[in-house]
Amino acid sequence: MELPEGLGTLKIKMENKEPSPQASTALINPIIQIQDLNVYYGAVQALKAISLDIPERQATALIGPSGCGKTTLLRCLNRMNDLIDTVSITGSVKIHGREIYSPSTDVIDLRRRVGMIFQKWNPFPKSIYENVVYGLRISGIRNRQRLDEAVEKSLKRAALWDEVKDNLHKSAMDLSGGQQQRLCIARALAVEPEVLLMDEPCSALDPISTAKIEELIHELKETFTIVIVTHNMQQAARVSDFTAFFYLGELIEFGATSKIFTAPEKRQTEDYITGRFG
Amino acid sequence: MQPEHTDKRYEEELKKLREDILYMGGLVEDQIQKAVKSLVERDSPLAETVIQRDHEVNRMDVEIDDLCIRLLALHQPAGKDLRFITTGLKITTDLERMGDMAVNICERALELNLEPQLKPYIDIPRMAQISQRMIRESLDAFVREDTELALKVCKDDQEVDDLNSQVFRETVSFMIEDPHTINRAMKIGFISKYLERIADHATNIAEMVIFMVKGKSIRHIKEIPQSI
Repeated sequence: MELPEGLGTLKIKMENKEPSPQASTALINPIIQIQDLNVYYGAVQALKAISLDIPERQATALIGPSGCGKTTLLRCLNRMNDLIDTVSITGSVKIHGREIYSPSTDVIDLRRRVGMIFQKWNPFPKSIYENVVYGLRISGIRNRQRLDEAVEKSLKRAALWDEVKDNLHKSAMDLSGGQQQRLCIARALAVEPEVLLMDEPCSALDPISTAKIEELIHELKETFTIVIVTHNMQQAARVSDFTAFFYLGELIEFGATSKIFTAPEKRQTEDYITGRFG
Repeated sequence: MQPEHTDKRYEEELKKLREDILYMGGLVEDQIQKAVKSLVERDSPLAETVIQRDHEVNRMDVEIDDLCIRLLALHQPAGKDLRFITTGLKITTDLERMGDMAVNICERALELNLEPQLKPYIDIPRMAQISQRMIRESLDAFVREDTELALKVCKDDQEVDDLNSQVFRETVSFMIEDPHTINRAMKIGFISKYLERIADHATNIAEMVIFMVKGKSIRHIKEIPQSI
């Protein structure tokens, strides 16, 4: 059995001759392992038996039409769905082999390790500096030097340092939209997460700010694992190494982005990426 | 039947691309048929007509290229559409080269028609017939997305290669026997080579069709696979 293209050094466990989406997602040493995940909002099933492995220090894009469950899946990865009353979840999500849905999981610590960037940037109405150190302060860090270092490091990683280094104590609300979004990324990075979840991070940004965020994603994935939900298929093609296509709550296909966008295996994927969905 | 695009204008443009390629293919096939006819029937005015009509093949080449580039730029195609459009770009290059070969055949025919006929043409019309069939079938395979037919075209290429070797041996023996035949024998050898190249271009199209449908390349491999 040939390995799908683009997987690099990652080896794949192939059980059947014809790879099912599940079989082809079984990577060795994935950072996130999702097994048979079902999510219900009341009586409505939003995700159906999803099994997917997400590789470490790569960008994985989740694509699919509205209502396909991609954001729901993203929110399962740091238990953001816990905040919704009617939600019920079965199955397993492991990060570094540890079940995040076990009763012993410290959800606050989980959300520190798995940061999230939202569609609409949401800086706190505080200074740029205070925004970045917020996570560190609430985890009890008071050392000024350590906070200063974290601010510089995080803002540099978020490619914002040069633009704000002389105005760190100005209000974050005075920054442009693109800068505020990068500030939110810096805030997420300050607590040294392992995974960064991005939910349509550029959909409200202009093309230049979008290009900056995309460039940033390329740099960040050398250190962090990125999972990005996007409606913009060109963006998924540009920034991600792997792509998962969802439709009506099911994982239809997962594979190397270069393969998914040139010669996908499944007809539904082909119809979606070529714009044939009514 | 695959569902239509949400974007109807895009759908229309893809349809136009398909039709333009077919039209160009038909044109080239006709040019080759007439080129060989002008040789076999020693019809120099027909050869002139073919040479003059080559600009139409060239015009189609430029138009199809423009359409493909426009589709790539404006619609950022992916998947099957991407493979279809990039295949279109390559197919026109092959068709345009075949059109040039038809012109070359006519140029040699015009020269040969000025001298007494060296020998009756038997293998050359046979080569032309197979090459034309290969063009037709490669384009049928393109339209119908028929990889088995495309594979047949790839296999048929060997027959034209064998006939080319046969013509080569024959013309060499003419030249050895009588040096006065060298000029004509060489020209017949050139024509045979042009037809062999035309069959190669048809094979390229067939290989691209297999890539377009299956997303995998069978180019530059030693043995043609038995099935796809």
